[in-house]
Amino acid sequence: MNFSKAKFAAAILAVAIAAPTAASAYELTLPSLDYRTGPYAPGGIPYANGYHDYFNMLNQRDGGINGVKVNVIACETGYNTKKGVECYEKTKNAGSGALVYMPLSTGITYQLIPKVTADKIPLVTIGYGRTSARNGKVFEYIFNPPATYWDGATVAVKHATDIDGDLKGKKIALVYHNSAYGKEPIRTLEAMAKQRGFELMLLPVDHPGQEQKATWLQIRRNKPDWVFMWGWGVMNQVAIKEASSIRFPMDHFLGIWWSGGENDVLPAGAAADGYKALAFNAVGSDFAVHADITKHVYEKGVAIDQSYAARIGETHYNRGIFAGVLVSEAIKNAMSIHNTKEPTPAQVRDGLEALNITEDKWAELGLAGFTGPVTLSCADHRGSSSIAVQQWDASAKKWNIITDFVAPLDDVTAPLIAADSAAYAAENNITPRDCN
Amino acid sequence: MFYRETGQFKTNYADDQAIFPIAQDRWGIYIILGLAFLAAPLIMDDYWGNAILIPFLIYSLIALGLNILVGYCGQISLGTAAFMAVGSYASFKLMTSFPGLDFTIVVILSGLMTALVGMMFGLPSLRIKGFYLAVATLAAQFFLIWLFNKVEWFYNYSATGQISAPERTAFMFPVTGPSASVLYKYYFCLCIVVITALATKNVVRGRIGRSWMAIRDMDIAAELIGVRPVYAKLSAFAFSSFLIGMGGALYFGVWLGAAEPTEAFGIDQSFQILFMVIIGGLGSILGAFLGAGFLWLLPIVLKNFMVDMLGLSTAFSEHMQVIIVGALIIIFLIVEPHGLARLWQILKEKMRLWPFPH
Amino acid sequence: MAFDLFLLEVIVTGLLAGVMYALVALGFVLIFKASGVFNFAQGVMCLFAALTLAGIMEKTGWPAWVAIPLTIGVMIALAWLIERLVLRHLINQDPIILFMATIGLAYVLEGSGDIIWGSDVKVLDIGLPQGAVDWLLDTHNFYIEKLEIFAAVIAAVLVGVLAIFFQKTRIGRALRAVADDHQAALSVGISLRTIWVIVWSVAGIVALVAGVVWGTKSGVQFSLSLIALKALPVLILGGFTSIPGAIVGGLIIGVGEKLAEVYMGPLVGGAVENWFAYMLALAFLLIRPQGLFGEKIIERV
Repeated sequence: MNFSKAKFAAAILAVAIAAPTAASAYELTLPSLDYRTGPYAPGGIPYANGYHDYFNMLNQRDGGINGVKVNVIACETGYNTKKGVECYEKTKNAGSGALVYMPLSTGITYQLIPKVTADKIPLVTIGYGRTSARNGKVFEYIFNPPATYWDGATVAVKHATDIDGDLKGKKIALVYHNSAYGKEPIRTLEAMAKQRGFELMLLPVDHPGQEQKATWLQIRRNKPDWVFMWGWGVMNQVAIKEASSIRFPMDHFLGIWWSGGENDVLPAGAAADGYKALAFNAVGSDFAVHADITKHVYEKGVAIDQSYAARIGETHYNRGIFAGVLVSEAIKNAMSIHNTKEPTPAQVRDGLEALNITEDKWAELGLAGFTGPVTLSCADHRGSSSIAVQQWDASAKKWNIITDFVAPLDDVTAPLIAADSAAYAAENNITPRDCN
Repeated sequence: MFYRETGQFKTNYADDQAIFPIAQDRWGIYIILGLAFLAAPLIMDDYWGNAILIPFLIYSLIALGLNILVGYCGQISLGTAAFMAVGSYASFKLMTSFPGLDFTIVVILSGLMTALVGMMFGLPSLRIKGFYLAVATLAAQFFLIWLFNKVEWFYNYSATGQISAPERTAFMFPVTGPSASVLYKYYFCLCIVVITALATKNVVRGRIGRSWMAIRDMDIAAELIGVRPVYAKLSAFAFSSFLIGMGGALYFGVWLGAAEPTEAFGIDQSFQILFMVIIGGLGSILGAFLGAGFLWLLPIVLKNFMVDMLGLSTAFSEHMQVIIVGALIIIFLIVEPHGLARLWQILKEKMRLWPFPH
Repeated sequence: MAFDLFLLEVIVTGLLAGVMYALVALGFVLIFKASGVFNFAQGVMCLFAALTLAGIMEKTGWPAWVAIPLTIGVMIALAWLIERLVLRHLINQDPIILFMATIGLAYVLEGSGDIIWGSDVKVLDIGLPQGAVDWLLDTHNFYIEKLEIFAAVIAAVLVGVLAIFFQKTRIGRALRAVADDHQAALSVGISLRTIWVIVWSVAGIVALVAGVVWGTKSGVQFSLSLIALKALPVLILGGFTSIPGAIVGGLIIGVGEKLAEVYMGPLVGGAVENWFAYMLALAFLLIRPQGLFGEKIIERV
């Protein structure tokens, strides 16, 4: 009986929820699957704030996108796939209907890939998610600009080559989060190890990764020339400290972009000096967009997290802005392609496939020199990619980009992507579409 | 007045042995089943199905399984999520190796596979007792998850170790994969849960169920009166794991659709299900449902209430929701230490006399 | 020779890691010993204590020697509140029910800690030594972490103080009496309420110590509450009621899992230390079902 009571209470709530959203005017509805709680909150908060602030700024400054208001709906996932599913079902019909999803979690991405494909809503994963989704012929609604983990792996190897010359006979250790996310680069690195003759050492670290003594003892014993890290959450901070304790040369310790946030290096203090991470966007708040965000959002007191004002421009925050720019530009494209003010998710997909943000365009958007051009197409859902290396300066407490933005080695990843997407297509009875 | 057992006379053994011998109970069950089967379609949409009712049913099934072990047989288990993982991976391997197999059979076979594994990890229970037994199930938890994460055969050599459920049918209709109808998925889960709950209700009052309870109440005494502990304990592990394994297959196939071992089957999942069982009421079929309802539905209701009705920020609501659930657990305990199912019993006793106190 | 030195290094590191686990396990043992409760909230208490300390230092800029006593005050107030609002109402209930109450408590503490201090990662620096011991690394190429040596010293001091407290003081004896039997203790005039406040306060302070040591290592954030998982095999191996057991259990688990990870890990693909710890504990328990230092189980019908 209590069971039906609970249902009854929930039913009342459901009615109450449905009522206010029913009769409002069209808004560009963008659900944001945030995580401000749980073990990965320190990484999730800056990203979510960047995404929210960018659209908030567009609303305040320009009255939305081409005059249509944007409604960003926050839903808390706690980096938990079950809550991710709940959030997806809750928000997909909210407001005027969800246009684009961005989960910032590889686990939730895998969960959503079949669902968004069935519901025809684009899923944009900025530098995370499933690498083979680059193949737009198979993954019609999944986008992974501007870089995938496999791209990251190739650039990491390239960077090592740039510094040390030929890698033949050298040793590279990969310290990775023992999950789908952390395992992503393994195949690419294995392929490259064969190709370039270096030895690869795999060192998994289980969630959450507070105790990594054994991992770093192995690094001490085997003395790899480079350590690459695919870490997230507390694992990053501990790894950076351990590396400095065993006096591993920090400039030979290179993390993926998600291991390169301020919150990863700050707790390690001076020990983190010289640590490197990959990046697909510039850091800092010296861009016109940040000035606009401060002026139109924080000074008006309408930010989602007002206490964050002093921290805008952090690495993950800027990635939130990056995501915001891609989505807003895609919506603009969708509006002009289909000549409508009220695009549907499928039209936004077309907008994403027509995305062409050149360097001039970035400057025009107030982000001159923020990153390289982003160009997507029907067949190529990652598009042009540019990745740089950033290095932490512990005394100034800031990241510095130390290399140019370079393109990843597509010749390494292309066959892997073709194989993986073909396997997915076969498993799920997908006939690759024609992109001409 | 409303709940009076007196005056209900049985004239044959069959009536006396019925699962629900009291007319009010019988009618209550009919009403709940009627609501579940007939009224649910009226409110069913993707959100209600995928986010609320299907998970609730699956959690109830798993909690029911754990309740056999913890509540009826008194063996503590902290490895529930690992046994769910066994069910999930078994179903994944079956679905991909035998595409034509009906999903119902997949679920049952996954349950049987899990029962085998469960019995294996139940062996130490013959020697280790009480809280210390937790170590055996914890070893299962960490070892099995490690295995599923490491051995590529389990995830068909995919690049990342993620498994995704392909589309499979049960009785001609698809129940897994993105295009399966939510209503059909709901009915599928509901049927499995109802059948297993009734079967369990029967099993626990039978010879084997009584031997479990004898072991729970005092194992040495049970041994003295002729209950074989090996048989009783291992059968409890097997039956419990069978239900958990079926739940795991539904959890992965029907509800989530994709899973990665470390996240979907982590130890916090094991704890969550143990909490459902304890809060719902140890040794009670109803308790499994109440516990699952409390720990799955209540947070969602609270979250939606705070975010949508009060307009609070999502992070604050999430923290507040955690606090409220925690406080409610404590309050319930102070009011009634033996779980929600016991509260229901007290209510029934009150109903016996109400509204006439004498 | 170099190889042997490395083996020694692994063993020493394992011992020190074990001490770090034991620090967390101590808090569990204290409460279990004095009230028969398996305190699920112990991990969250570590987080809460460290968060409070880091939060006070961050918000006010006060030095550690002001903030630490303040935090201890908070933990004592918390213990008082827990007794007042929860335990007082659950006297003489089954252990499983008290266990459940601590689940509720863990939820409440987790949520309120985040609401009060925010869920962002906080830097905790109260001047604990960090990094490798330089001269050992320079002269013998032998690596030990300063923070862990410090943790070992702290643990030794804690165990010494607690042992004296339990064996020699009046309150300590009262604690042991309560652990044996609530009702009997009450009937000889021991105030259960005072005892509980004391025990939870001490556990809170131990949680603070563990939280500070681990928080210094990784920054203070939600993940800190998950270190309780590392303490579980230690606890089961050492026996829930023994303080020396927690330490010895910690050492065994620490060494065992590090050796397994370093020497067996590469053969089977790594990340074996978590399950190996439990397998090790399981192997021990099959021989000695009450834990290494647990009280002998006497069964009567």
